[in-house]
Amino acid sequence: MAEMVSDAPTRQTLAGARQRLADRDGFLAWIFLVPTVVYIVVLVAIPFFLAIAFAFSDVTAGNPSYDWVGFENFRRVFADPVFWQSLRNTFVFTVISMLLIVVFGKVLAMVLTADFKGKWIVRFLVLLPWTTPVALSSITWLWLLHSIYSPIDWVLRTVGLIDDNSYFLGRPALAMGSVIAVHVWRLVPLAAVIMMVGILSIPDDLIEASRIDGAGFWRRLFEVTIPLTFPLIAVAALFGAIFTFTDMAVVYILTAGGPTNSTQVLASWSFTRGIAGGDIGQGAVIALFLFPLLLAAAVLILRAVRKVETF
Amino acid sequence: MSVTVEVANLIKQFDGGHVRAIDDVNLAIEEGEYLVLLGPSGCGKTTLLRTIAGLEQPTSGEVLIAGSVVNGLPPRVRKVAMVFQSYALYPHKTVFGNIVFPLKPEKLAKDERESKARWAAELLGIDQLLDRKPRQLSGGERQRVALARALVRAPHVFLLDEPLSNLDAKLRASARDELKRFQQRVGTTTVYVTHDQAEAMGLGDRIAVMDKGKLRQLGHPVEIYDDPADTFVATFIGSPPMNLVERDGTLVGFRPEHLLPSAHVTGESVEVSFHVDRIEYLSGDRHVYGTVSGIGEDTRVIARLPATVTDAVTPGESHPFGVSVDKLRFFGVESGTRAEPIRMEAKHG
Repeated sequence: MAEMVSDAPTRQTLAGARQRLADRDGFLAWIFLVPTVVYIVVLVAIPFFLAIAFAFSDVTAGNPSYDWVGFENFRRVFADPVFWQSLRNTFVFTVISMLLIVVFGKVLAMVLTADFKGKWIVRFLVLLPWTTPVALSSITWLWLLHSIYSPIDWVLRTVGLIDDNSYFLGRPALAMGSVIAVHVWRLVPLAAVIMMVGILSIPDDLIEASRIDGAGFWRRLFEVTIPLTFPLIAVAALFGAIFTFTDMAVVYILTAGGPTNSTQVLASWSFTRGIAGGDIGQGAVIALFLFPLLLAAAVLILRAVRKVETF
Repeated sequence: MSVTVEVANLIKQFDGGHVRAIDDVNLAIEEGEYLVLLGPSGCGKTTLLRTIAGLEQPTSGEVLIAGSVVNGLPPRVRKVAMVFQSYALYPHKTVFGNIVFPLKPEKLAKDERESKARWAAELLGIDQLLDRKPRQLSGGERQRVALARALVRAPHVFLLDEPLSNLDAKLRASARDELKRFQQRVGTTTVYVTHDQAEAMGLGDRIAVMDKGKLRQLGHPVEIYDDPADTFVATFIGSPPMNLVERDGTLVGFRPEHLLPSAHVTGESVEVSFHVDRIEYLSGDRHVYGTVSGIGEDTRVIARLPATVTDAVTPGESHPFGVSVDKLRFFGVESGTRAEPIRMEAKHG
């Protein structure tokens, strides 16, 4: 009893100290929000409004003074056939890559959720492409697809499937295919992990119920697994689309937009015009074309995520 | 249509053989029978059900449905239907979509499928809910949808895995009654898993009591209650459980309702002195806790006095109680299984 009495004041002051710190929700909210706000303002908002401002100016790398030129930059960009080709290429790359990413990601997700020995090492290996910096993996692919020293060509030649090198990055169609292949290779692991979460969130009971109900693999896939994980498939697809749509590293390193702009995309063309070519105004105009699609994608992602919660 | 279900020398091991979820079980379920698998959680009853369903493959032994071995066959060809504890309704499908789903692998015309689904829904009184999604249904309605989905394919065997455990207590009693009447109407062989002895007693034509993967006793509810095969069954069934008193290397067992004030015990009986500690009033009965001496070693036991026994019983005092000799059951102390009756000093009342 005596112990309790002597303990009481100590406990009270300790509890009081903790409460004072934890109680100040308003203060904590600010502290926690500041890094995000700073990040968004400095790295997203300022560059975004700067791009809008530059789009209506004659700012170049050589002459950074700001002069209003109205829609002159837009007129010149639209008059350039390379812009339209970049726009088309961007959509072609995005749509084809997204479809392949979803299909392969789904297959991979199912492989990774299956029960087999050494699952963790396979999961680890599969995730490697995603964890490798884009620039590094693109350089590796540059070598794999090299016009003279490509190991892929060497294997195909040795097996006897081709007589001459393929020149993966030297022919328009093959170059486009190569860029798409690298995008798919890079983004499938991410999509697979997202969809894996979806598959793992399906209760075992449901899968077993469908087995009892006589559903085979395909019917289970299309009537149970895919509908139940659809929101996460959508999220994976949209992430795939955004990363492909906005990427310039793969294109820039592999082909630099070539041959003859056949793999030019908005991001690489904006960079070529705005930074390499020094015409910052035109570069900004081209980059602004990424905005509407990204906005649409963000809205769709948020909707899909909300749908996850309503099941 | 109803068929027999049999398991023979069934063993199921998990974790590379360290755990025997089912340990050499033999069980024959008759045509149209309502068999309840009863046991504490982890006793292997659900694993046994899943093995019959084909969701688990036995380590050894055989599962026979309608006389033929179905080992290795997938669930869909076994013609079994299962109701899961969670009901496992497809959340993205409507009630109708859920019920019609098992019919799709069968080569049926679309309107035939639909009329069958409607028939099943009407049978369970959920035909007004067909357009709803599972999340818009109450627990009881979900259970009926799960039953309709199980029923629609006219399976040979119903497998029910604790289908009432997600319902609140009030609903459970009426759902139990409904289940029993429903099974009697369709007459399908049913295996029902539960850990609730009241459900087992109320529903089962026969009860299979399991513990640690072993089948402890198979029998009619009355048999299980009155003549438990071992001390596990004796103490698992009954609430409060059977009292066990040790005497000369044998356990003497008697149900709480058979330990009564001497005046109420008729026929040949054993006289005891019952020192009462505490009394609980439960739905008209008196549960009397105390120490009994005179049967064997002094042991804490429980007596259940029905409302018709109004004798004064005072905590802190000893009272003359008795147990009819024919209500005594005997078990080996070591083995726990039934033992030869031992002679008791009996009084003829």
